[in-house]
Amino acid sequence: MALWACRAASYLRISSFPRAFSTVLKDLKYADTHEWVKVEGDSATIGISDHAQDHLGDVVYVELPEVGTSVSQGKNFGAVESVKATSDINAPVSGEILQVNDELSEKPGFVNGSPYDKGWIIKVKISDPNELNSLMDDEKYKKFCEEEDGTH
Amino acid sequence: MAAGVVGTRGAGRPLMRLITMSGAPILQQLHLEERLLRCTGDNWCIINDGTAPATIVMGVSGKVSELVEIQPVLQDKVPVIRRFSGGGTVIVDQGTVFVTFICSKTAVAGLQPFPRDIMSWSGQLYGKVFDSFGEFQLRENDYAFGHRKFGGNAQSITRDRWVHHTSFLWDYDMKNMDYLKNPKRAPDYRQARNHTDFLCRMKEYMPSRSVFTEGLISSLRDQFTVQPTELETVVSDDTGFKPSTKLLSLQDLEDIINTKGSHTVQEVQA
Repeated sequence: MALWACRAASYLRISSFPRAFSTVLKDLKYADTHEWVKVEGDSATIGISDHAQDHLGDVVYVELPEVGTSVSQGKNFGAVESVKATSDINAPVSGEILQVNDELSEKPGFVNGSPYDKGWIIKVKISDPNELNSLMDDEKYKKFCEEEDGTH
Repeated sequence: MAAGVVGTRGAGRPLMRLITMSGAPILQQLHLEERLLRCTGDNWCIINDGTAPATIVMGVSGKVSELVEIQPVLQDKVPVIRRFSGGGTVIVDQGTVFVTFICSKTAVAGLQPFPRDIMSWSGQLYGKVFDSFGEFQLRENDYAFGHRKFGGNAQSITRDRWVHHTSFLWDYDMKNMDYLKNPKRAPDYRQARNHTDFLCRMKEYMPSRSVFTEGLISSLRDQFTVQPTELETVVSDDTGFKPSTKLLSLQDLEDIINTKGSHTVQEVQA
């Protein structure tokens, strides 16, 4: 486990800690900023991964964009608040927002408890399918997370 | 998003540009922080020794009706700000010393840009500053001597950078705490204590503010090459960026009294 992670546990006096292996779903694509994409035809559902929610801590607030606005790959479109921090949510692909998960306003904990299902954040109409090629598949993303956590 | 990095590693340490201010209004400080976070690629440390006027500062998701005693705030015309970072509500004044770190995610080797990792790093940095003055603890997300809080933290994390900022209670006016309600979300170690029993003043543990700030800069120098930077040179690089930190208008506060629970905010020109 990463050195900083061990020190964090000690300093914060916590027994539970980011798990060694987070859930990574097949059939999804992943960004290096820990968002996932589920492609369905020419649209995509976007959320944040189990690895991300685990490292963020309990999400208490989700700042959501508006339907109809555009998102650009790599740029932030919203934010989550956890453990006194706001963390940007970045678009893994570009497109126009078709739907926003308004349930997250009342139930931000869905991001933690169900990151790939009830915790979905936006659905977009994909503007450039080629952008998907720059994302990681589940195997690559799993390795990426392990490297970030210092586990191999 | 990030502009090019100014300066390179010196003596094997990354560069950190240091801005020191005294009495700067907290709204201006927060706007500066947002701009440095979003529009530059440099590492920054901002120290602001005291602020005026006394101001209530809420986190990004703060609900005024739950956190603030609106009637006395309106009566006494206390400004209320919603800042861009997470976390709780504070009332800040001349007795508050602010310290902010704005860093690229590669600034600290091996540090992942997640809240608890950054908090742990900060706890180690400040441990070197405070250990000789009291029983310094990083308690959940607060800095404390023993079980009494003297520093509150908040963060904002982007794709490639992060802000960790702290309001330190060098001193505080107890009557200002009457403008704040006891928050619903509180750390476990608070144990339902009121402000008087929960907080402590740094001046009761350390001889002077300058001992604190000099100790901080010394601790920073273990990890960074610290370069003092004039505020005027930073302000002159204005890119037209619009910060999200907002001063709530009088109308906002009156609306909240009239329709409880609403916290829609109109932007007010600083």
